[in-house]
Amino acid sequence: MKEKIPRQEMPKQSPNERIKNFNEVALGYTEELALKEASRCLQCPKPFCVEGCPVNIKIPEFIKLIKEKKYLESVKKIKEDNALPAICGRVCPQEEQCEKKCVLGVKGEPVAIGRLERFVADYEAKMGVVDIPKIEEEKNIKIAIVGSGPAGLTCAADLRRMGYSVTIFEALHKPGGVLIYGIPEFRLPKAIVEREVDFLKKMGVEVKVNVVVGKTITLYEIFEMGYKAIFLGLGAGLPKFMGIEGENLLGIYSANEFLTRTNLMKAYLFPEYDTPIKVGKRVAVIGGGNVAMDAVRSALRHGAEEAIIIYRRSREEMPAREEEVLNAEEEGVKFHFLVNPKRFIGDEKGFVKGIELIKMELGEPDASGRRKPIPIVGSEFVLDVDNVVIAIGAGPNPLLLQETPEIKRNKWGYIEADFSTGKTSMKGVFAGGDIVTGEATVIEAMGFGRRAAKAIDEYIKTGKW
Amino acid sequence: MFKILQKKILAKNVNKFVIEAPLIAKKHKPGQFVVIRIDEKGERIPLTISETDKNNGTITLIVQEVGKTTYKLGTLKEGDFVMDLIGPLGKPAEIEKYGNVVTIGGGVGTAIVYPETKALKEAGNYVISIIGFRNKELVILEDEMRKYSDELYVTTDDGSYGEKGFVSDRLKKLIDEGRKIDLVIAIGPAIMMKVVSELTKKYGIKTIVSLNSIMLDATGMCGVCRVEVGGKTMFACVDGPEFDGHLVNFDLLIKRLNTYKEEERLALERFLKEGV
Repeated sequence: MKEKIPRQEMPKQSPNERIKNFNEVALGYTEELALKEASRCLQCPKPFCVEGCPVNIKIPEFIKLIKEKKYLESVKKIKEDNALPAICGRVCPQEEQCEKKCVLGVKGEPVAIGRLERFVADYEAKMGVVDIPKIEEEKNIKIAIVGSGPAGLTCAADLRRMGYSVTIFEALHKPGGVLIYGIPEFRLPKAIVEREVDFLKKMGVEVKVNVVVGKTITLYEIFEMGYKAIFLGLGAGLPKFMGIEGENLLGIYSANEFLTRTNLMKAYLFPEYDTPIKVGKRVAVIGGGNVAMDAVRSALRHGAEEAIIIYRRSREEMPAREEEVLNAEEEGVKFHFLVNPKRFIGDEKGFVKGIELIKMELGEPDASGRRKPIPIVGSEFVLDVDNVVIAIGAGPNPLLLQETPEIKRNKWGYIEADFSTGKTSMKGVFAGGDIVTGEATVIEAMGFGRRAAKAIDEYIKTGKW
Repeated sequence: MFKILQKKILAKNVNKFVIEAPLIAKKHKPGQFVVIRIDEKGERIPLTISETDKNNGTITLIVQEVGKTTYKLGTLKEGDFVMDLIGPLGKPAEIEKYGNVVTIGGGVGTAIVYPETKALKEAGNYVISIIGFRNKELVILEDEMRKYSDELYVTTDDGSYGEKGFVSDRLKKLIDEGRKIDLVIAIGPAIMMKVVSELTKKYGIKTIVSLNSIMLDATGMCGVCRVEVGGKTMFACVDGPEFDGHLVNFDLLIKRLNTYKEEERLALERFLKEGV
């Protein structure tokens, strides 16, 4: 019998080194490692992994091409279904999707599909190859995409490939949405996002930054400009706060602010870059999701001596990816489980200096299926801190929707849109990604963008709403 | 990129820029602001629009040099470009016929209260304006304000021009004289808006202020501009920038404005010394 090859680990920067810089933590497979890992794929005739992927990448086929050392063809195969492989290879929760379904995973470890996807995407970049996919005959029909995050970029790429003239309107000064302002450099280098956006531009997608749709121009005006359909990929916006005493003290950030200063504005390079950030010795991050992990690990890199996660349930219930939690642990992040803030305490200048926390215990499962945390009466104590980052989620961005009442929203304020088409209550307007689902993953947003692109094509062809 | 068509020095450290931005000019209403980023390494700062020319597609910004970004902006000349300009942001001022309105501008805040003064006058109000500066050298927009005011008072802290004293002193005199005032709009440094709001609160005169919080994206995403209004947290960028002055927690605003004082000083010193 053939000797069993174990799942290949990806080389990483050592924890001691990497907390001193913002460079990417995971370094990617070498060719040798990629070949070894690819050889583990059984090439199932009925591949479950493909079903597990929200955009149904032809996984066995692209891995087969790796086995044959046809790396450029391999990435081309991926790009038939996914325009952003270098990004997805890095930030997709593969353990919940394709890899979860891998047959090898039943008894042992699944094929590292994400790492292989990343390998071929990076290989293509290293070779400097820009292989523009075939664009169908120009339709000369204009489609507008609002927002340049994962949903918008995917929708734009798909529609362009079908021959539509596509314009993306982005409110910030740089395209990429959460990929640019939210996810840190050490997880997703910004050069990669820029490369993917450039790729779309080379395909002929027009990208207009600094346009706040709802303010600079309205949806009505976009239609007047001759666009036949609009896709809204606005993303999650307004940060959630906890509504407790002292929340507006200085030194308390929303995760959005903390990460935007760091990623979009490069505050870690202050004063070379103009935007400052204040990070003290002890930073507490409230929340247990991926954004909380990004914030707490960024805090370390900003020079915090102690970076602590404050989470009201236990480790098991944390929504963050296991890989990110492990990375954080390796880097020395501390975790305080089963505690919840009651109030923030400030000094005479108004800076936060402490958090009053209350201990929690877990009760019966709640609506989310996770065990509900219940405060333990009389268990309050104070944790001294220099900064707090609140990473408990975000609500829908209010700007565009304030100006466009025709678009129906659900009780949480997100857009009501059909899951399989993205159709909203306003004719010709589609929506997808976080602005519809609430906070989700990059690949789920991409999946939504893709379904909407199909539905937009259908709508243009039939005129049916 | 956005081209500077005109630049004029209005007073010491106060510059006026006319910038080509047709989309913003078309949409702007008094009270709204833009976010500006000068270059690739620049920060994003909010600046309230002072005037627009919808036909020529330009907006006017009047900017006091206080930190690195505003000093750097001051080094730009006609024909130069700023990298990013985003807007118009924020809710417009509520312009209607109130009756007798007092508009108050403190320092460069005068540039913001100016378009509202004009709009209020055109809406049929009797407009009394009070504009205040530290000294004579810093007086701006006197003629423009006079054009749209039924009465105009100028104050200086040191008495070098107009009446000696603060804008709030002049407002107090009007109140003491028994003048009928239906609305006060006060725009300027936080401390000035605080003093005016405290004064008018005593007399029950409705007062609108425009809050100059620190902003980052300024589109409702980051939450740095949060202010406390009537005990509730609100975002100046999307809920404001104008609020009922009697409900604003000014002490918190003033503290939050000082968050990056040290860093701002450092950046400015470096810029003035090394030019970067």
